[in-house]
Amino acid sequence: MTSKLWTLPEELARRGVSRRDFVTFCASVAAYFALPKEAGAEIAAAVQKSLKPSLVWLEFQDCAGNTESLLRASKPTVAEAILDAISLDYHETIMAAAGKRAEAALDKALQEQSGKLLVVIEGAIPTGAGGAYCTVGGRSALQIARDACDKAAGVIAVGTCAAFGGLPAAAPNPTQALGVAEAIPGIRNLVNLPACPANVENLTALLVYFLAYKRWPPLDAQRRPLFAYGKTIHDSCERRAHYDAGQYVEAWGDEGHRTGYCLYKMGCKGPVTHQNCPVVRWNEATNWPIGCGHPCIGCAEPGFWDTMTPFYRHLKGIPGFGIASDIDQIGAAAVGGVAVAFAGHGLVQIGIRSRKKGEEKAEKKGEEP
Amino acid sequence: MTHVVVDPVTRIEGHLRIEAEVDGGVVKDAWSSSTMFRGIEIILKGRDPRDAWAFTQRICGVCTTVHAIASVRAVENAIGAKPPPNARILRNLIMASQMVQDHVVHFYHLHALDWVDVVSALSADPAKASSLAESISDWPLSSTKYFAGVRDRLKAFVDRGQLGPFANAYWGHPAYRLPPEANLMAVAHYLEALDFQREFIRLHAVLGGKNPHLQSFLVGGMATPIDPNQQASINVGTIAQLKELIAKARDFVARVYLPDVLAVASFYKDWAGHGAGVGNYLVYGEYPEDDGANPSLFLPSGVIWNRDISKIEAFDPAKITEYVTHSWYEYAGGDAKGLHPSQGETSPKYSGPQPPFERLDTSAKYSWLKSPRYGDKPMEVGPLARMLVAYGRGHSRVKALVGDVLGKLGVGPEALFSTLGRIAARAVETMVLAEKMGTWVDALADNMGRGELRIHDNDKWDPSSWPADATGAGFHEAPRGALGHWVHVKDGAIANYQCIVPSTWNAGPRDASGQRGPYEAALLETPVADAEQPLEILRTVHSFDPCMACGVHVVDPLRREVVRVRAR
Repeated sequence: MTSKLWTLPEELARRGVSRRDFVTFCASVAAYFALPKEAGAEIAAAVQKSLKPSLVWLEFQDCAGNTESLLRASKPTVAEAILDAISLDYHETIMAAAGKRAEAALDKALQEQSGKLLVVIEGAIPTGAGGAYCTVGGRSALQIARDACDKAAGVIAVGTCAAFGGLPAAAPNPTQALGVAEAIPGIRNLVNLPACPANVENLTALLVYFLAYKRWPPLDAQRRPLFAYGKTIHDSCERRAHYDAGQYVEAWGDEGHRTGYCLYKMGCKGPVTHQNCPVVRWNEATNWPIGCGHPCIGCAEPGFWDTMTPFYRHLKGIPGFGIASDIDQIGAAAVGGVAVAFAGHGLVQIGIRSRKKGEEKAEKKGEEP
Repeated sequence: MTHVVVDPVTRIEGHLRIEAEVDGGVVKDAWSSSTMFRGIEIILKGRDPRDAWAFTQRICGVCTTVHAIASVRAVENAIGAKPPPNARILRNLIMASQMVQDHVVHFYHLHALDWVDVVSALSADPAKASSLAESISDWPLSSTKYFAGVRDRLKAFVDRGQLGPFANAYWGHPAYRLPPEANLMAVAHYLEALDFQREFIRLHAVLGGKNPHLQSFLVGGMATPIDPNQQASINVGTIAQLKELIAKARDFVARVYLPDVLAVASFYKDWAGHGAGVGNYLVYGEYPEDDGANPSLFLPSGVIWNRDISKIEAFDPAKITEYVTHSWYEYAGGDAKGLHPSQGETSPKYSGPQPPFERLDTSAKYSWLKSPRYGDKPMEVGPLARMLVAYGRGHSRVKALVGDVLGKLGVGPEALFSTLGRIAARAVETMVLAEKMGTWVDALADNMGRGELRIHDNDKWDPSSWPADATGAGFHEAPRGALGHWVHVKDGAIANYQCIVPSTWNAGPRDASGQRGPYEAALLETPVADAEQPLEILRTVHSFDPCMACGVHVVDPLRREVVRVRAR
């Protein structure tokens, strides 16, 4: 087999995707990142020029949820081509080779693609018991991750476990599990893509951006791309109007629930969760958790298994409710008289306007003790 | 004697290591080891039992519904919550669609490459592939042009020199036996199945907000409201959407998956003589058809001993025990005794080699899996167990389909107890469920029409309505087999939580008396043509559909106080 230069247009043509479709897709990616319209063509041009970079996907203390998410990529032909635009040289759940031959594939990618490699890590990295809580081919997760990250041009911690430790790191963290950033301090070019699992639409967009610009899009302090984590669920929620109007679900299956009222009183963590779920939605934009009638559990936030639980206890004292922070009273008032609820809503608006970025932490501390 | 290590076993969920002794071209002994541990049951202690489903759901992102279901059932059983009929129907739909999607993905994306040589497909004659495809099914994507297109696409991929996930496999291995045209057809369906699974699982987004990790489960019911006239509820439009998705699944399974299984199996009939395993089968049963305390189940429960399907014994949960003799845990009363899960205790205690290591000491402890036993015997769980019990109990549709498959392959029922039998049983089960699902949608529509809109037992939502001290168990048939969760709820919080999951039953290590687990037993006498390329070992292990993240769990030790640290 001879190695040949590969171009995306050929790949797309083979898949029956027209150039117009591709540019349209890139324009939508551009819009996604809030880039000017012309950037669509720019991205398309840059992606088409790039060679097929090698990607290795490592799984540690994971559930393969992010891998499954990957298999649900929508915009099938284009996204598939984009994913094919990457040579997926190691992925245990998908790859044909096993055992020594699988390890050899990883070694080859690390050696030949050193410095150019993209590394995706799914799952937390346990540091207890000398690394014995997770081994692959007899090597510890930490050893494998270190080797790979050393050779990487960019590292994506996909899902909340890889980004922040997630479920294995929930109290009392029996295996001393850590997210990638903590387990391997000083990784350059790390981007966190939390959520449980991460939404594949965000992963696809992130990869396209990287292929085009050879760098990550702007990140927040937690190294999450702003395009997907810049706003809270609450900010873009389709049920926001009901929140503002003081219309809440009071019991599962009640009239408010069937009508699509706000799930705040049922424990929704949308107000303190940064993620673009309401906009991108899931499974080819079919639905999303709040859309199906269940509160947000805050799965994209660090430590959510501890900070957001109990899941069905509503948040208290989030900015906006301010002094009238007892949602039970406001809700009761809403039943009796909408006017009172609107008074509460007025406070919400004032609170939100006065909120500054640095107050996010205070916001989370506001959870009911 | 050659010592073979396969680690990582790929195309599975999670981390599995197989060590085997190969002599004279066959496996003489084998050890199954799980190499990852998280401790989810320890993490659950002290938490709100209504949250437990979300924690346990993350045990596995592949079978993403199963631990949520088992968890809500266990807690409901403990606190006395009674989900209304709509919740039962919604759960049946969610469970069955998980099964259908998971089985299709297993066959095409996790297992097929053990039987299908991708490189051989390059030399296929598209016209012959077309005739082959048309001889086994009336599936429309079968023209010469179509297969030529797939072959060219594959060729371009290979020519590029970057084989990605197909690199470095055992292509050309003598154990591959399909003609190039059958390989090409299988590659085409591998790609089609990728599209199918993504499309079909939208059903989970409809009923659960998203997949993986649907989010509509509740202790006491479901969170998806039902109202024929509301946009924010499951309404008449949803009914139509569900029907369409299910019809497509039925079509794909009947016209692609099942015919492919028969076509591939016809070239590998000798694999009906390999991989038999322990010969005992355990099924908890699934798909309640009514809301009584002991509902009738669409797929029945039962126990089979020594491959005797003429006698199906009733399942008794009291007969379950777990051993840690060869697992990296310790019991307070010594590791030689098995404990019932409701009395279970475990502390993780790693005693294996420090990584990096070459070999495990399999005479000592060698896995993060425990060894569950039923009546002190190792049991196989999964689609084969379910189909055997249903067959033995006279399930008419299962009997008809199993008979059909055996007839087409020209083999007797004894062929079922094998590697090939597992593959066939999985396909039959997929068909039976894809056919069945529509009746649940009808039942849902019927309830809606009668104004029966309840989705939840609100009376048992508030912890003040619960007994101060209660225990419960939740049983479920997951794609990979019998799954049980046991919970102890005390003063509104979880005092103890444990799971015994399908891959623990199947992939567990030896017990105190040295009895091998089902994987280990099934690998005995498996032929291995080339110890450097143990393709045949993968065939038998993959036939169980391993799900290792599911398999590893730890029961909270009674004597260990876990201090709950909560970030504020």
